[in-house]
Amino acid sequence: MARGGGTRDTSKLLMERSVPGRVGAVLPESDVPPQAMPDDPLLRRDLQLPEVSEPEVVQYFTALSQLNFSIDTHFYPLGSCTMKYNPKINDEAAFQPGFAAIHPLQPGEQSQGALEMLHRLQGYLGEITGLPGVSLSTLAGAHGEFAGMLMMRAYHHARGDTARLKVAIPDSAHGTNPASAAMAGFEVVTVASDDQGNVDLEALHDLAGPDLAGIMITLPSTLGLFDTGILDVCRIVHEAGGLVYGDGANMNALLGRVKLGALGFDVIHLNLHKTFSTPHGGGGPGAGPVCVSEELASYLPSPVVARNGGGAEYSLSTPANSIGKMSSFHGNFGVLVRAYTYIRTLGKEGIESISANAVLNANYLMESLRDKYLIPYDRTCMHEVVFSADWQRARGVSGLEIAKRLLDYGFHAPTMYFPLIVHEALMVEPTESETKETLDAFIQAMRDIDREADEDPDLVRNAPHTTPVSRLDEARAARHPDLRWQRP
Amino acid sequence: MTLQSHYIPNTPEEQAEMLAVVGADSIDDLFRDIPDAFRNPTLDLPAPMSELDVQRELAELASRNRPLGSGPSFLGAGAYNHFIPSIVKALMTRGEFLTAYTPYQAEASQGTLQVIYEFQTLIGSLYGMEVANAGMYDGATSLAEAVLMACRVTRRSKVAVSNTISPAYFQVVRTYCQSQGIELNTVSPASPGIDDATSCLVVQYPNFFGYVEDLEGLTGLAHANGSLIVVSADPVAMGMFNPPGHYGADIVTGEGQPLGIPASFGGPYVGLFSAKQQYIRQMPSRLSGRTVDSQGRTGYVLTLQTREQHIRRERATSNICTNEALYALASTIYLAALGKQGLRQVAELCYQKAHYAAGEIAKLPGYSLPLQGTFFQEFVVQCPAPPTDINRHLLERNILGGLDVSPNGDYGGEGIPNGMLFCVTEMNTRADIDALVTALGEYN
Repeated sequence: MARGGGTRDTSKLLMERSVPGRVGAVLPESDVPPQAMPDDPLLRRDLQLPEVSEPEVVQYFTALSQLNFSIDTHFYPLGSCTMKYNPKINDEAAFQPGFAAIHPLQPGEQSQGALEMLHRLQGYLGEITGLPGVSLSTLAGAHGEFAGMLMMRAYHHARGDTARLKVAIPDSAHGTNPASAAMAGFEVVTVASDDQGNVDLEALHDLAGPDLAGIMITLPSTLGLFDTGILDVCRIVHEAGGLVYGDGANMNALLGRVKLGALGFDVIHLNLHKTFSTPHGGGGPGAGPVCVSEELASYLPSPVVARNGGGAEYSLSTPANSIGKMSSFHGNFGVLVRAYTYIRTLGKEGIESISANAVLNANYLMESLRDKYLIPYDRTCMHEVVFSADWQRARGVSGLEIAKRLLDYGFHAPTMYFPLIVHEALMVEPTESETKETLDAFIQAMRDIDREADEDPDLVRNAPHTTPVSRLDEARAARHPDLRWQRP
Repeated sequence: MTLQSHYIPNTPEEQAEMLAVVGADSIDDLFRDIPDAFRNPTLDLPAPMSELDVQRELAELASRNRPLGSGPSFLGAGAYNHFIPSIVKALMTRGEFLTAYTPYQAEASQGTLQVIYEFQTLIGSLYGMEVANAGMYDGATSLAEAVLMACRVTRRSKVAVSNTISPAYFQVVRTYCQSQGIELNTVSPASPGIDDATSCLVVQYPNFFGYVEDLEGLTGLAHANGSLIVVSADPVAMGMFNPPGHYGADIVTGEGQPLGIPASFGGPYVGLFSAKQQYIRQMPSRLSGRTVDSQGRTGYVLTLQTREQHIRRERATSNICTNEALYALASTIYLAALGKQGLRQVAELCYQKAHYAAGEIAKLPGYSLPLQGTFFQEFVVQCPAPPTDINRHLLERNILGGLDVSPNGDYGGEGIPNGMLFCVTEMNTRADIDALVTALGEYN
């Protein structure tokens, strides 16, 4: 979007702004005696990078940032994503040189503060989940899922149980679940949900046999509902010799309310960039620690932080039957510092207050909109509420169009068309960090849009009208992929 | 009773109002779907703290770590100490970038989407490759996904991995391949012994020991067998050395950390991933594409999403979802600031200083350079004593030494007897290097 032209105008890309001779950084001269350069054929001649000055870089990226919706600028009720306030002290903590400028391979006695912090975080996450074995080395939710699936496989194989090739996954699951199971070599079997949104126990029973490695289940489900049959789900899977994997994407609902380990979960991952307030950064970094029962702890990915006597008090270690290393070093440390800071700030009472207010806010939205938007599973919801836009669809306006129209009202859209089992789904997650004033304004916007669907449907159908660009041609983008700037 | 936290606005009065709308007696009422016996367990966590107390505690923990800036540092091996212009942090921490989600709602995410497009452009250009994606988790996982992709592209399942790649990267590749029926073989780049069942040859450039591999010869050999060549390349070295794309590499990955990202004890970083255009539909992770809006204006969207997990589920090219977008942004800002001249300068400074250091160390009695060839900023020194002993001596002089790559070293790999892998970058002054040489000389 042009902003008065010149270098603050975002319509020109970096290479298009490039002016030969401009520099954006000045480096010191070499202070060592000149050394012979390598053989000429090895040297590069075609380095194509922009030549822009520092003010231009600042103006361009600042202008770009202003094209985004973000938590700091907009209510962002994106279901399943837990877009809560990201405390600034967390960033400050991670940026101090004692954390940001330490090398992952420096001797352990030179990084005891970092290791102790990680060890404490392992303990907190183990306590919150009731699953005491924790590895912080996985870098995102899906990365944790992949590790969990590899652990499930390793566990069965170690018992000579190599015929367990299937993993059951409810039809409401995130796409990462089947993708992670497949990467770990499993065949995915979909389990239907019943009319209450719970796992259909009969269907699960039918496929729980000697070829079942386990189940991957999200609690609360992506319908925003606590599966009231969860104890039976765990029992059926365990009786068949399988393990229960929990996708912790929705843990914001359960903090301090229930421990997944106590319910019978064997392995879970947490999304620190959701539940524990670390910023999502426009698509990462995340952190997806895996938490497991004592029985599975020896399979955890390497490394874990151990506390030992004598010498360096804390050290990195590899569990006995570890599935191996999942990443270059020890995990997304900067994200882990932020999550630690968050837990320390809130403490026990604050952590319990998160789930209390997240669930209250979601139920408040549900009740305040139930006369205008269809609630396909009409039960007390957890941290998010899934509406269907079927009533509006019948009047010619789709869920997608409602979501886009919300942008004009200054609200980020809810998650659309997910979970897949809800027609015209609009999944709304307010989180605990929003004010009642904001929730009321959102409710009013949703009611206004419902009215617009009658009075001026084209206004909704052609939304958004106020964003830097209108509806984009996705088909063209896919048919003729233009993925980088090319010299004309 | 719940705490009134500064992160949670609802007051008890507001909660009561909202509960009345909901028709519940208490907040606990909302959790009645949780089986009674398991609801509200004892939670053994510390008490809440004030921001001031939290700052003090974090500062105390941080004070027990040695930051790279506190003295001369010569440790690399996959995480590098480079200069980062101030604007990188200033821009990447803008709330509009920092607190946005993955740009699924294109109209509300043009900033992030255009940044990804810029990132794809710059990384493709840096590696001399036709297409790059929006980034992976880190250098090791990028390489592992490249191996999986090469197996999909060639429909072959044998992989030849050079014994000069990072031992940590090898371990991650092994973890990723363990359940896919892939046969991993370690080979010497001098005679890789690949055949027509080999899906890909995997090399690092410069290799783990800092030396430049013969990419021209290796690429020819791979292609002669119908195999792909997968290269993990240091992006800063691309400022002076020919990129893998110049030699015809098929997939080029790398660790983005050297491009404006602090060492941060190993993460978050960003994995770089690029390939030939013909393999685009087998690529993992997000892609931002340029298109037009309904009024004909240029805009950006996530594209070719049918490769991805949220559409394709168990048939996706990868399970990756959240990646490291914020650090792709950091690298983009870094490359914009350094630009054509700056990146070359950084690379040449690293090269000049590393060669000065290597030359001075090799003059010391008892120390030698056991490897031949052209190196960039890292090199192996054969020491007169076990590297751990020498590193202890260096630390007493406030110098962080190199990585122990002896056969008993804790970083794995085959090793070089009494070998230490040193890294010298533009951050090391001549005085730092001279102090290192003096301290090593004392140990002899």
